[in-house]
Amino acid sequence: MITIAEWRDRLESESCYDLISELFDRIEKSRLNAFITLNKDEALRLAEEYDKGKLEGKLAGIPIAVKDCITTKGLRTTCGSKMLHDYIPPFDAHVVERIKQEGAIIIGKTNMDEFAMGTTTETSYFGVVRNPYDLERVAGGSSGGSGACLGGDESVLALGSDTGGSIRCPASFCGVVGLKPTYGLVSRYGLIPYANSLEQIGPMACCVEDCALLLEVIAGRDSRDSTNAGVEFRFNPVDKKFKVGIIKEMGGNDDVMGKFEEIVNEIVRSNFEVVEVSMPSFKYALPAYYIIAMSEASSNLARYDGVRYGYALEKLDTWTKYFSKVRAEGFGEEVKRRIMLGTYALSAGYYGKYYLKALKVRTLVKQDFERALKECDVLIAPTMPALPFKIGELADPLTMYKMDVNTVPINLAGVPALSIPIGFVKGLPVGMQIIGRYFEENTILSFALKIEEEVKDEIQRKGVA
Amino acid sequence: MITKEDVYHIANLAKIELKEEEVEKFRREFEKILEYFNILDEVPEDVEPTYQVHNLSNVFREDVPTKPMPRELVLMNAKHVEDGYFKGPKIMEG
Repeated sequence: MITIAEWRDRLESESCYDLISELFDRIEKSRLNAFITLNKDEALRLAEEYDKGKLEGKLAGIPIAVKDCITTKGLRTTCGSKMLHDYIPPFDAHVVERIKQEGAIIIGKTNMDEFAMGTTTETSYFGVVRNPYDLERVAGGSSGGSGACLGGDESVLALGSDTGGSIRCPASFCGVVGLKPTYGLVSRYGLIPYANSLEQIGPMACCVEDCALLLEVIAGRDSRDSTNAGVEFRFNPVDKKFKVGIIKEMGGNDDVMGKFEEIVNEIVRSNFEVVEVSMPSFKYALPAYYIIAMSEASSNLARYDGVRYGYALEKLDTWTKYFSKVRAEGFGEEVKRRIMLGTYALSAGYYGKYYLKALKVRTLVKQDFERALKECDVLIAPTMPALPFKIGELADPLTMYKMDVNTVPINLAGVPALSIPIGFVKGLPVGMQIIGRYFEENTILSFALKIEEEVKDEIQRKGVA
Repeated sequence: MITKEDVYHIANLAKIELKEEEVEKFRREFEKILEYFNILDEVPEDVEPTYQVHNLSNVFREDVPTKPMPRELVLMNAKHVEDGYFKGPKIMEG
């Protein structure tokens, strides 16, 4: 894994052009399938600018990979779907404007589950992303390419998006750091929508400090997203005896729990005050999350009509036939499944049973977090309940949905959460999730920095497959 | 219970044409997933729903005209364009 500090060290003695060329050589030979589209010519041009002293900013000369649901002007943006396989956005997302202003070099667009609907990147139209620690296993999803390119030394920074765990899951599976910010901290302008009330764009990096720096760049006011809170972020690490709550209802299998408990007992308990917290609403969180996400998806994805952009048929037909056929051919199976289930949940007679009930659960989950975070500075749990799955292991949709059990309550409540690697089991990374109060990313990152110091040696010793 | 007719009905509402061989698979999956969702029947009715976590509503901006995107950029991703307009499918038969 390459940190910004290491990259800058190398820039002292080598040209940015050579370093970026070397990175593309590595990506082009890679079997990870982390990228859908490369931005090679433009990246090399920017590297030359940097070498001439013309590229400035907080991220000057640093390579960054951008998840393919975040629109990039003039650079193909597919959302992992056949529906958008040739879509060239005419504008930049807010976060893309920001990283460009700070001199970052976009190296490419990362592979993802189709429309961010998945936990393994297996639903991508462009093929599965492989785990950098075991090529037969998944890199997690939906931001699988962003996680894998960091774990596999193919980028220094990455942007992901997180609707129900899509940053934290691949961060956990690929042994990197990923943060889902507070709902409203980062503008969603230019994020291709899946479930607007749940999702946020967030930073992914190889260490806590880099993750914090990228958040500083992308957070802040943008009037083009009406849910944007207009709050800035600056990282000011605090050192204190944090009060840490361990969430009783978030667990995992023996592999994951063994590692998590080892860290809790050896590091967390000896440095901080630890209490157990209970969140009774969590037994309803997973179905409530899926009902809300699917319902919003059914409405959001109605825009794909084969007329203004995206997959189209040679011949226009009558409206219903054309529209239905474009969507039959352009969407993959999981996307159809979620659109249809969302349509059902919102249809006459079922709104009260499903959608309204799910919104009530959201209130209960929010109240549980608010209560626990009144007492504690941060809450911790394993990010994922299992180690990275074998490719093809989770064939049944419901079994796959259940793997999001520890990540979705965070999105329902809109609180921020970060996943940090805490070690390895059977040669595969395990991640810990750190949850904090609204807009208190600084507390989460400060606590994460302390954990990182303790586990750094074990994380760095591990090579990549 | 979800029937094949239910699946066709939902697919029609969602405007997704289904092949016959897909219908039974979706039917079985929907039945299983919806049954799992039924746990929400236990949730008490007397809880206020949360639509948006920060309870924002009606965020307004000043109504100031800005420069629109140039027409050629707006149309650049469309496959059916005529005289500088999108060309859509027919709304009515015949």
